[in-house]
Amino acid sequence: MILARLMSIESWKRGLWSIVRLVLIAGLSFVILYPILQKISTAIKDKSDLYSPIVIYVPEHYSWDNFKKAISIMDYWHTLLNTFSLSTMTTLLTAASCALAGYAFARLKFKGSGLLFFGVVLTILVPPTTILIPIYMNLKDFNLLGLIPLLTGGKSINLLDSYWPFVLTSLTASSLKAGLYIFIFRQFFRGIPKEVEEAAYIDGAGVGTTFWRIMLPNATPAIVTVLLFSFVWQWNDSFFTTTYLTSSNVMSLQLSSLPHNLSIMLEGGVATNKDPFYMSMVQDTGILLAILPLVIIYLFVQRYFVESIERTGIVG
Amino acid sequence: MKSIMKLGMKQRTYAEQKALWGFLYVLPWLLGFLLFFLVPLITSLRYSLSSIEAKSEGMKITFIGFDNFVNALTVNTSFNRTLTDSIVNMVVNVPLIVIFSLFLAVLLNQKFIGRALARSIFFLPVILASGVIANLEMNSLVQELVQQSASGGSSGGIGTFEMERFMLQAGVSENIVAYLTGAVDRIYTIVSQSGVQILIFLAGIQTISPQLYEASKMEGATGYEAFWKITFPMVSPLILVNVIYTIIDSFSSSQMTELIKTTGFNSFDFGLSSAMAWLYFIAIMIILSISTYIISKRVFYQD
Repeated sequence: MILARLMSIESWKRGLWSIVRLVLIAGLSFVILYPILQKISTAIKDKSDLYSPIVIYVPEHYSWDNFKKAISIMDYWHTLLNTFSLSTMTTLLTAASCALAGYAFARLKFKGSGLLFFGVVLTILVPPTTILIPIYMNLKDFNLLGLIPLLTGGKSINLLDSYWPFVLTSLTASSLKAGLYIFIFRQFFRGIPKEVEEAAYIDGAGVGTTFWRIMLPNATPAIVTVLLFSFVWQWNDSFFTTTYLTSSNVMSLQLSSLPHNLSIMLEGGVATNKDPFYMSMVQDTGILLAILPLVIIYLFVQRYFVESIERTGIVG
Repeated sequence: MKSIMKLGMKQRTYAEQKALWGFLYVLPWLLGFLLFFLVPLITSLRYSLSSIEAKSEGMKITFIGFDNFVNALTVNTSFNRTLTDSIVNMVVNVPLIVIFSLFLAVLLNQKFIGRALARSIFFLPVILASGVIANLEMNSLVQELVQQSASGGSSGGIGTFEMERFMLQAGVSENIVAYLTGAVDRIYTIVSQSGVQILIFLAGIQTISPQLYEASKMEGATGYEAFWKITFPMVSPLILVNVIYTIIDSFSSSQMTELIKTTGFNSFDFGLSSAMAWLYFIAIMIILSISTYIISKRVFYQD
């Protein structure tokens, strides 16, 4: 009898908690989704709905006009292709070089590797702003510590406004947030039992074979995590892209110059006054178009992603 | 010839071989570190100590000592304000983000219907709050317009206003009330900055062995006790990681970055810009070392 009552109180408590939990999670999910929903509602509105007092969320006149405008101004398909190829390239190169470095720091200890790993931590800690200007100068007159002038006859090359800065930095594991990726790989490789590796050595595999055939397949979750983080961050990055690229079409650049381009286009056409709300409306559509590919990719790999980071074991 | 070959190919021990390969594997990173990090870092330090003139025949760098630093701190109109602003923002937001993300990670770790959906929604901020999108979202006019018309003018603040009155009447200190209501008002900023942290905590919680919880349940511990006695100590190394990550993450979105960039590229004052960057870096390092020192004393490690 008493037991039964206790049970019922327990179950009441559990029921109450699950309601509280549901409300919290639903509320916070709403907070996250709200701006996206709002952007969607703005993007499908007609221009006349913007000032209509009866329209708040659900538009009176649906129109694809904003999308058409944003696509034509951003040169969307071309930009999409450019951004996609740039992000894919840097992502693959970064993941490869960071995996090598991470494995070396985790398992292949040599004299001074501890000191070098401190260097990795330093690259995470120093804000990119601190070294931005020297890097800019360095790439503008790129001479590879005086080697290139020897080959070309006294002239250094200007690497800016090309994809070379991205290739070089990602090939040498010093691109955007690469220190963090090295750290993730290192923590992960440390988590794989030593016995696996030793068994491979005993069976006659060299260091390279062990890494390629044994360690990498075991590290798939870490690889997926790094690939996706790197892809998303490169896609959205405006800090390095505005520094390295000055004229090329990349999503983040197009997005930040969208209002400017729009006002040029509007003034070129009929003599309209620039309407800030209308500009903002097209810009919202542009943002939506820019994150759309990411969201689609994310939906496909989401399950794998959320599970994979759980197994990377980034523990202190 | 053969003897030279022999010298090169001399039998190495297993450990030596590993060390050699290790160095080879680190080599790409090391090159990048030297070329794109260490040299620029030293150059930046040199720039910050000199005045730079861009001329047609190239740059002229003259050493002027600490003038740029003095300039940034005393002459430049916006540097001090921006620096204190971004530091205050960081100090206010970091504890909130870390506590919030730990709470949410615990919540998302429990079993409930729609957990997979909720987890993927909570990861969305990683996409949304990075780089250019976060910047643009700050100044979206239409959103403000919609917000205004939706809430009918000033009624938006009523929720927190009521809460504030309620808490003040209950005798909570005024500063704490202001901090908490401020947090509620900034909920979107906080949620959008805690995507990565939630995932890191979630990963940490999942590595705790279930036996610990079973044993504590047998001994009659409540969920509350289990959190403070098991979950909290076990994820405490991750709290340190997350505090550091949050502090670092807040540079990238701060006003300071913008100021440094405009000083360098729009007014071409590279010396002053480098000096600003170094002052900023030093401020961050001080905050980082203080917080690391305080937290790492309380962190629990397995060994």
